[in-house]
Amino acid sequence: MSQHRLIPKNASRWLVWGLYAAALLVSPLVFTSSLSLTMLSQIGIGIIACLAFNMLLGQGGMLSFGHAVYSGLGSFFAIHALNWVSSGKLMLPVSLVPLVGGLFGLLFAVLLGYVTTKKAGTPFAMITLGVGELVAAMALMFPGFFGGEGGISGNRVAGRALLGISFGPQVQLCYLIAVYCFVCTALMFAFTRTPLGRMLNAVRDNPERVEFIGYSTQHVRYLAFMASGLFMGIAGGLSALNFEIVTAEVVGAARSGAYLLFTFLGGALFFFGPIIGAVLMVLALVLLSELTQAWLLYLGLVFLFMVMYAPGGISSLIMMNLRLAAFGKLRQLWTSYLALAGLAGVMLVGAGAMIEMVYHLQLNQALGPQMRFMGATLNAKGFDSWFGAAFVLFTGAAMFELTRREFVRQWGRVQGEIEQTIKQREAAA
Amino acid sequence: MDASYFLISLLNGLSVGLLLFMLASGLTLIFSMMGVLNFAHASFYMLGAYVAYTITQLLGFWWGLLLAPPIVGLAGAAFERFALRRVHKFGHVPELLITFGLSYILLEVVQLVWGRQALNFLPPESLRGPLFTIVELPSPGGLSLAFGEPPPACQAVAGASCTQFPSFRAFGMGMAVLMLVSVWLLFTRTRIGLVIQAALTHPEAAEALGHNVPRVFMMVFGGGTALAGLAGVIGGALRVTEPSMALAVGAVVFAVIVIGGMGSLAGAFVASVLLGVLDSFAVGSDRSLADLFGALNLAVTPATFGYAVWSVKISQVAAILPYLLLVLILIFRPKGLFGTREG
Amino acid sequence: MKFRNRLFGLPVAASLALVSGIAFAQAGETVKIAFIDPLSGPFANIGQNQLKSWQFTADQFGKNAAGVKFEFVPFDNKGSPQESLNNLKAAIDQGIRYVVQGNGSGAAAAISDAVSKHNERNPGKEVLYLNYAAVDPALTNERCSYWHFRLDADTSMKMEALTSYMKDQADVKKVYLINQNYAHGQQVSRYFKETMARKRPDVQIVGDDLHALGQVKDFAPFVAKIKASGADSVLTGNWGQDLTLLIKAAKDAGLNVNFYTYYASTSGVPTAMAAGVGGKVRMVAYSHNGVPGVVVKWQDEFKKKFNDDWYTHATYNGVAMLVEGMAKAKSSDPVKVAAALEGIKFKGFQGEVEMRKADHQLQQGLYISEWRKADAKNPYSVENTGFNFQQVKAIEPYVASTPTSCQMKRP
Repeated sequence: MSQHRLIPKNASRWLVWGLYAAALLVSPLVFTSSLSLTMLSQIGIGIIACLAFNMLLGQGGMLSFGHAVYSGLGSFFAIHALNWVSSGKLMLPVSLVPLVGGLFGLLFAVLLGYVTTKKAGTPFAMITLGVGELVAAMALMFPGFFGGEGGISGNRVAGRALLGISFGPQVQLCYLIAVYCFVCTALMFAFTRTPLGRMLNAVRDNPERVEFIGYSTQHVRYLAFMASGLFMGIAGGLSALNFEIVTAEVVGAARSGAYLLFTFLGGALFFFGPIIGAVLMVLALVLLSELTQAWLLYLGLVFLFMVMYAPGGISSLIMMNLRLAAFGKLRQLWTSYLALAGLAGVMLVGAGAMIEMVYHLQLNQALGPQMRFMGATLNAKGFDSWFGAAFVLFTGAAMFELTRREFVRQWGRVQGEIEQTIKQREAAA
Repeated sequence: MDASYFLISLLNGLSVGLLLFMLASGLTLIFSMMGVLNFAHASFYMLGAYVAYTITQLLGFWWGLLLAPPIVGLAGAAFERFALRRVHKFGHVPELLITFGLSYILLEVVQLVWGRQALNFLPPESLRGPLFTIVELPSPGGLSLAFGEPPPACQAVAGASCTQFPSFRAFGMGMAVLMLVSVWLLFTRTRIGLVIQAALTHPEAAEALGHNVPRVFMMVFGGGTALAGLAGVIGGALRVTEPSMALAVGAVVFAVIVIGGMGSLAGAFVASVLLGVLDSFAVGSDRSLADLFGALNLAVTPATFGYAVWSVKISQVAAILPYLLLVLILIFRPKGLFGTREG
Repeated sequence: MKFRNRLFGLPVAASLALVSGIAFAQAGETVKIAFIDPLSGPFANIGQNQLKSWQFTADQFGKNAAGVKFEFVPFDNKGSPQESLNNLKAAIDQGIRYVVQGNGSGAAAAISDAVSKHNERNPGKEVLYLNYAAVDPALTNERCSYWHFRLDADTSMKMEALTSYMKDQADVKKVYLINQNYAHGQQVSRYFKETMARKRPDVQIVGDDLHALGQVKDFAPFVAKIKASGADSVLTGNWGQDLTLLIKAAKDAGLNVNFYTYYASTSGVPTAMAAGVGGKVRMVAYSHNGVPGVVVKWQDEFKKKFNDDWYTHATYNGVAMLVEGMAKAKSSDPVKVAAALEGIKFKGFQGEVEMRKADHQLQQGLYISEWRKADAKNPYSVENTGFNFQQVKAIEPYVASTPTSCQMKRP
């Protein structure tokens, strides 16, 4: 007699993917202002780009400093294709124009990847840096194709509108991007499950062994590079549709740096890390700079501390705590977490006040020394403001350190308990 | 190409190459020692220029030259001790990434402390004029060297071509050679140099013999960044001291060490001088691929497909020649010119 | 009787009040204008300076003929065209209907296109765009837009003015062109060759170099090349570090030629030039430090208030034009104001100027100025160097004017 299961075996997987699809569908309905819709579109594009970047970084151990080249070139070819569609030279629905971007992203990955993937590790990073600089410099030199400083612009309301969808309103484009995002995420996840994806992980962990069992590491890396280029190109094509203009900045070093920074911040070790990274990327680059002029400094500091204390990124922190929750140990630690978070907040307020005052003195001295910080009025030239901020920072730091030591003890104890439980389960099985 | 133009181009190329070498040497040292590619190396270069500027305003240029490199070296050592050391155990990629983050932070801090404007950092009075002038007079022909300011014949004789070679440039070249010699002496003749060489290839054995290898690492990192700071003092006074100076020179330095071969000091020297001289002479050439095709009797006109690419002159690509060479070297000789270590 | 008169008077009075209310609907109104330019990153000091310039100008205009007050709302685009589009959306969300921008023709093109598309897709929520410094000629030629108005003179106008000065200079016989290899530099080179061939075909162009933008760290090889060519004048559209390093290298090598530039007054270049220049440095621009009237008065006030130089004189023209336009249209609605601004003539800081209807390019006089030591007649000190830009020649608007190929689509 067969056993019927009430819940299918891979229920959690259905749940996660279902939630993801639901989030993609519902968010344009919740956040409806013009800025929010364009940010949602950019988040969707960023997710595809960061996941494609992580194919190399997290899954292949290849650090690329010039990856914006592939998404940027995809953007340029996509906008040219869009202009051809507008003038009738190309019969292609606007919704398929990003695929043109993907095609050319793939093509350039094939061309440039051969040279780039000859080496691994640090030389690979240097080569990508050089190639990135080369393409960025050339983008300005050939205005015929790259449009010079003004770039190339296009109009996504082109061709026939199917079912009344002309892609003029931003919300329609948002949903198109949501569809692409879901499909590409699924494809890239599937890639990690293929033999090529697994060999890529093997190349990352132990290239010598891979050679021994008969695979060519260079070949594997080259194929992964091509796959990454394809999805970067699709992201670039969607970006061309979203902004309707492509300028030389899309192949620039700043864009490559942003991909790297935020993919790492989200976490390169887990598949969903770059998704978190992409959301952070758009929020930071669009909103943070409106909140504070010191945003670049904050970004650098956050990155520094992340590399030092949590090199797996935010996703690794989440997974660690999920593991705790699975073993029921989370409730033992939540008071420590709360204390740590509160004190970290206090330290941030102190440090933030000092940094903001310095920036205010430097950039806004015309407006006088008074400034507003989190609802309080500070005098950037007054000793008491500085003393207050420093006091807050140092007391916060001292108490944070004390709490942290206690937390490390508790963490060690909990991890020990978990290890014991696992051993017991293995012994019983 | 006339003789004076050739000579001055050669001298310019050498001076640029040697300045590039000062930067590349620190980077190579750190890399061959610790396997860490210091992405923030150009930021320490920038820091050196700014610190030297401040000291120059207070005490004079010579004190700036003397004090700025050690200060930058201390900053580098502090970074190694408190941040980089923690990341060693995670592998090479996080090490590279932490220096990447540092480059952002250093840029913001420099802009905070010194502002975003370009600073007026000038060489000292004694080094401001020309060291010598290459005089080419039409009538007797040939070249002659006049030390100091250009002779009156330059203005008086029509058709005279006089080019000055600034003293500060020559000083920079001298500093680079001096630095090369002293580093070589340090490594091969002093005890600490031998310890460093040993820790380079056999860190565990060196540690087993009782040497404090982590402290050696810290000193090497500090030393490498001090060299970058020294390059910054020269470069900042020679060129412009402003926040974008790190970006301008950073990428080329990485191209230099890959071309020269990662981990090889001799390779870095040859590659930097080669790139400097090549850049200098490339600017003088207005040939393009279209000319090459023309010489092969293949007509290339503005109507030909891809004319924009064929008509690009060598002088236009002179600044991105390092990256082109990088790609070529990787196709034909992936180890680099003198490469030993696989990175 | 009295009762009826009063009742009769009331509606008349009411309608009169209503009419006059509509006529001065904008009186006492605050019109918000979005300022979209880099406020962080490498160009932050330029962007901050320009924001202060706009705010200062708005304060100086205070209550004006149109009865409005202007408030500038800053948005940081970090120099990125795509970020500018985000800023534009944010501004539109906040109900702002005017935009000013100038740093970078890439961002300008993006904003101009986006504004056109937005106005087409959202009637009733139109936005107007004032471009105060982006000089790519395409913005008033093949990419012209009804909603875009340019206050700076474009590259072709500046070249027209510069060459009309250079053709009269006897010491200009061999010119060397050196520019940055991107749209702006390529245009400078092309326009010079075209216009000089027309005005003085005997002038020899002994060199035409295009170098990678922002990548050249050492201009000594270029200076050597210039020397070898025997040029007596160098013409360059370079800005920022590319211009500073070029001038420094020329001085170091003892190259005593005259420089004809576009951007010698941009941040950082005056400080480098204060150390000494080989020959003379001349600049073509829509203003200089000695223009009588508004300029000499306001630049001192600005310096006293902010300890910074007021060099974006286009802010005066921008606000003056808006005031004139709103008074003429009797409204602050961008649709009516745009119609009023086409072809409008008003008094700018340099005299009477006209916003040409055909392409929305401000027709104004240009100046050739020279970098000289400050004296009693011209006491202003740029970047506290003790030098300033003094007029050598004033070019009339009709001389500086260039034709346009704009096929403007009007709504």
